Amino acid sequence: MALEQIHQIKGRAVYLPGDDVDTDRITPARYLKAITFDELSDALFRDERYTPDGLEKPHPLNDPRFKEATIMLVGDNFGCGSSREHSPQAVLRSGFRAIIGQGYAVIFFGNSTNISLVCLKASKSDLETLAVAVRTSPALELEIDLDTLTVCYGGSSLKVEIPSSAQKSLTSGHWDPIAGLLEAGDLLEAMDKKSARAG
Amino acid sequence: MWESHAVRVLESGQTQLFIDVHLVHEVTSPQAFGMLRDLGLKVRFPDRTFATVDHIVPTHSLLEPFEDPQAAAMIAALRNNVLEHGIKMFDLDSGQQGIVHVVGPEEGITQPGMTIACGDSHTATHGAFGAIAFGIGTTQVRDALATQTLALSKLKVRRINVNGSLQPGVYAKDVILHIIRTLGVGGGTGYAYEYGGSVFDGFTMEERMTVCNMSIEGGARCGYVNPDQTTFDFIEGRPYAPKGLEWEAAITRWKNTASDADAVYDDVVNIDGSSIQPTVTWGINPGQGIGIGENIPALADVSDKEHGTWLEALEYMKFEAGTRLEGTPINVAFLGSCTNGRTSDFRKVAQYLKGHRVNPNVRAIAVPGSQMVAEECEREGIAQTLRDAGFEWRAAGCSMCLAMNPDRLEGDEICASSSNRNFKGRQGSSTGRTLLMSPLMVAAAAVMGKVVDAREVFGVGELALA
Ligand code: SF4
Repeated sequence: MALEQIHQIKGRAVYLPGDDVDTDRITPARYLKAITFDELSDALFRDERYTPDGLEKPHPLNDPRFKEATIMLVGDNFGCGSSREHSPQAVLRSGFRAIIGQGYAVIFFGNSTNISLVCLKASKSDLETLAVAVRTSPALELEIDLDTLTVCYGGSSLKVEIPSSAQKSLTSGHWDPIAGLLEAGDLLEAMDKKSARAG
Repeated sequence: MWESHAVRVLESGQTQLFIDVHLVHEVTSPQAFGMLRDLGLKVRFPDRTFATVDHIVPTHSLLEPFEDPQAAAMIAALRNNVLEHGIKMFDLDSGQQGIVHVVGPEEGITQPGMTIACGDSHTATHGAFGAIAFGIGTTQVRDALATQTLALSKLKVRRINVNGSLQPGVYAKDVILHIIRTLGVGGGTGYAYEYGGSVFDGFTMEERMTVCNMSIEGGARCGYVNPDQTTFDFIEGRPYAPKGLEWEAAITRWKNTASDADAVYDDVVNIDGSSIQPTVTWGINPGQGIGIGENIPALADVSDKEHGTWLEALEYMKFEAGTRLEGTPINVAFLGSCTNGRTSDFRKVAQYLKGHRVNPNVRAIAVPGSQMVAEECEREGIAQTLRDAGFEWRAAGCSMCLAMNPDRLEGDEICASSSNRNFKGRQGSSTGRTLLMSPLMVAAAAVMGKVVDAREVFGVGELALA
């Protein structure tokens, strides 16, 4: 099962301001009541985007100018809280390929990488400049290069960061870890024999 | 401990880590079993996985079929999956069902030196036993089922010493809320938190679990406390604990897993235990806490970095900067969750609640963390004391901690809660407001109908002296 090698992501962006955005906000718990991830794009930031009666609230994701965005710009410690993979799944299933932010909660980052949702870190000032550019011209095209770790847009560029293990997994098409883990074969039996178990 | 569980180094540079025990529940596992099926894989070592149901279980009536068809479908899916793969499940009729982080330790499944994973961020709880325990996403649940391993990057370790002793009426919950407030909700990113110092040496296992549980709220993926005699005494005799000769061997092994006194850490933080006050959150993340005697931060109290979240929190909570939180009326009191839903939590509350009544304006519910906790509380008369005081005593589950069952806030109700998250909408209403605090502070708030200092309501210091 050959997976896509992710080197470049091109697309428009949308800016979601704020730090410490938790996974309960990204995907409220009531959307976890399902045995598949199929319906999750409805859940994305549901309570921030709609009133309990289903009326639209002002929110960047409801703004028609940003409808075609495939890159999300966020603040610091994005995805904190619960380990629910529903959150990155909802982001991915809503058409986003990458997030650029100041930082990510550790479990959210791992969950995202495992499903090929690229999470990149940028400095606060670079992000602010980029956010202003995107707000001024929503049709602005961003070009993320995962090999050189740069983002180019409208004649400007900025540096982004990602841990080298994640960069390698994404660019080599090994972001889903299962194939690599299965290769361990008999080593697993040996580990099972020598490791403590309950009961 | 990391090295002894490393199977090999993966191409990405991550470690393939063997997982001794994998815990699953109904919410994050069905998709993983589905992926397994799609790949044509089996559960590799089924006797290393244990299942229970907790998040969606209604706690007012366990009569099946449940009123909520989605809840019924999720439980049915888990039952089918464990049956198909030969996994042990603590189901509703077992007498052992409960919140996964309460069940693991009370069954003796959680042991020192183990690597433990579960598709739930509060898996950090199990680190209280000197285990490496972390929360994982659903894709990783699949990995653990299929290979009993995970691809992981090594974490840095921050040692947090809480020295001296706590004042009467200050509990483990206050310690962790204080730590998160001090180090920030993102402060632990990239770290495991190892807790120590005289306060932890003196803590019971339940208290250590309360602290480790909320490590994730400080951004740390794992919490950890070195195993000691307190740990061994807790485990001894539990259903899945080693027995007989194996027990002796286990103790020797466990003693060797403890980190040395001269261990080198990536960071060390020292906190004076006597400076910690009963702590209550006023905002929308667990780091936005204050001592009960303090005011909600004013503009001058917040750094540039915190400014945005501070504003957002004030607006959402409808509180005013620089004012007292003490005296704020509450609508709901919730005792329970994997942070504070153990027998010792209810025992402490019952001890002080005797002779008091819940304020008529407050809906008060107490939800035991497991069926074993429920049974113990009935046997000791704790449940009856809580009922007499006006608490609804429920069946075991997560309940109003995240409101995936019928227990939830309405509109912008304020809830004094012994749980671990005060995120926007966490307790089931998109405008609901959560104030995190210790179980005793929840009980005091329930009695007075407002946020109060439990030490004053219950005369805590005096009782300790008597
Ligand atoms: S009690 Fe709350 S935090 Fe704990 S496992 Fe259940 S939902 Fe999660």
